[in-house]
Amino acid sequence: MQEFVEFTLGGISSGMIYAAIGLSLVLIWRGTRVLNYAQGGMAMFTAYVALTVINHTGNYWLGFVVALAAGLVLGAFLERTVIRPAASKPPLNLVIVTVGLLIFIEGLAGIIYGGSFRSFPPAFSINGLSIGSFDLGITRNDIFTAAAVLAAALLLAAMFRLTPVGLRMRATAFSPAISRLLGVRVGRMLTLGWALAGLIGALAGMLVTPQTFLYPNSMDQIFVLGFTAAVIGGLDSPVGSVIGGLLLGVVLSYASGYLGSQLVQIFGLAALVLVLMVRPSGLFSTAAARRV
Amino acid sequence: MSGAAGLAATDVVAGYGGAPVLDGVSVSAAPATITTVLGANGAGKTTLLRAIGGALRPRSGRIMLDDLDLTRRPPEDVARAGVAHVPEGQGVITELTVEENLRLGALLQPRPRRAAALADAYQRFAVLADRRRRLAGTLSGGERQILVIARALMSAPRVLLLDEPSLGLAPRIVTQVMELIRQLRDEAGLTVLLVEQNARSALSIADQGVVLNLGRVVAKADAAELAADEALRRHYLGF
Repeated sequence: MQEFVEFTLGGISSGMIYAAIGLSLVLIWRGTRVLNYAQGGMAMFTAYVALTVINHTGNYWLGFVVALAAGLVLGAFLERTVIRPAASKPPLNLVIVTVGLLIFIEGLAGIIYGGSFRSFPPAFSINGLSIGSFDLGITRNDIFTAAAVLAAALLLAAMFRLTPVGLRMRATAFSPAISRLLGVRVGRMLTLGWALAGLIGALAGMLVTPQTFLYPNSMDQIFVLGFTAAVIGGLDSPVGSVIGGLLLGVVLSYASGYLGSQLVQIFGLAALVLVLMVRPSGLFSTAAARRV
Repeated sequence: MSGAAGLAATDVVAGYGGAPVLDGVSVSAAPATITTVLGANGAGKTTLLRAIGGALRPRSGRIMLDDLDLTRRPPEDVARAGVAHVPEGQGVITELTVEENLRLGALLQPRPRRAAALADAYQRFAVLADRRRRLAGTLSGGERQILVIARALMSAPRVLLLDEPSLGLAPRIVTQVMELIRQLRDEAGLTVLLVEQNARSALSIADQGVVLNLGRVVAKADAAELAADEALRRHYLGF
C-alpha cells in the first residue's frame, strides 16, 4: 500500500513535467503544424540562463522568472527568424529546421557552458514528506512542480477560452485563411504561440533539471516523454496533453517502481509506439483534426 | 467605421501563375448600392473578389476604398479598413461555436461595442441565437451562410464582398438571403459587391450589374437594363 501511494504520487509529479513539455509542443503544433524537436533544447538553454542568474545573485526566484522570460523571448525570436522563412516550404523542411535548431542549441550550450554535469537547485525542499510514519514518497518540490504546471495549464485554458487574444489564437489554429479575412494578424498569433511554448518549456526545464542535472543534452529524454504525452493527447489538445502526461507519468512510475528503474525509457518509447499503432489520432483528438 | 463608402477596382490583372484570370477588369460600386458581378464559371468573378479582398495579390491595377489605396494590401489590412470579404462555400470556422464565430467577427470593433454587436446579430438572426452554443460545424448549409454574413456584419463594415451567397441553398432561403442584402443596403448604407451564379436573383436586388467573360468585362449597366437584355441573358447569364 505504501509503495503504491509513493509510486502514484511520484508518477503524478513527474507526469506533470511531461505534461508541460507536451503542452508546449501542442501550442506550436496547433498554430504552425510543426513538431518542434528543439523544444527540449530551448528549455535546457533557458535553464543555463537561470543557473547563471541564480549563481550571480543567489536568488532562485529571480532565476526562475528570468528563465520564463528567456523562454518567451527565445520562442518568439526563433519563430520570426528561423521558422517563418521556412513556413511556406514543404512540411519536411520545417522538421529538418527544428532538428537542426536542436543540434545548434545543444552545440552552442556546450561551447558557452561546457559539457560537464552541473547540479541545479530545486525551488523547495526535496526531503520526503510523510503523514505520521506513513512515507508519501514525494517532496515539497514535487508538490510545487505539479501545482506550477497545473496553474500554467489552467491559465492557458482560461486565456484560450475567455480572452479575445485566445479566440484569435484558436481561430488561427483552425483556419488561418478565414482568420485573416476577419482581420486577425495571423503572423502575430503564430509568434505568440511560439513565445508561450517557449515559456512553458522553460517552466518544464526549471522543474525537471534538479533531478536530471544540467548538461547540453539534459532535456533529451524528457522531450521524448513529453512528446509521448502530447501524442497520447492527440497533439492538438492542451487538456489531452496534460492528461496524457499524467497517464504516462503514473504508468512509468509503476514500471520503474515494480519492475526496475532502467525500464522507464523503454516503457516510454513502447507507450509512444503503442499509441501511434492503436490510436494514432490520440485519445483526445478528433481524427479529422490530424493532417499529417 | 461607419458612413457609406465607394469601392473602385481599376484595370485589375490577376491570376494564379500562367495566363491571368483577370485581364484588365474595372469594376466600381457607388456608396450604399449593390453591384452584382455576373458571368459563367471561370469568368473570374471569385478571382476579382479575392484580388479586392487581398487574398490574392493583383499583378497590376488599383483598388481604392474612397481615397484609401488598398492595392496589394494583405487581407487582414483590407478587413481592418472596413471591407468584409465573405468567401464562397465553407467560410465558417467549424471547430468554434456559433457565438465564437460571431465574437471573432466583432474583434475589429472597439471593445465597448462588441456586446451590442452580438445582441444586434442575435436579434436580426434568431436562428443563430437559438444555436449560439453549438459548434458551427453542426449547422446546415443555409444556417452557415447566414452565420458567415452575420459574422461579416459584426465588424460594422463599410463594404461587403459577397461570393455566391446563394450557392447550394434552397430557393426559399435564397430569397431570404437576397432580401437581407437589400435591407443592409437600405438600412445600414452598406456598399455591396455581390458575385452570383444565380443572375436572376442577384439582378432583382442589385442597382448595377457587371458581366464578366473570360476575365474581361463584357457588359456594365443598370441592373434593370441588364435583366432586360435578352441577347446578353442568353449568352452569358443563362436565364
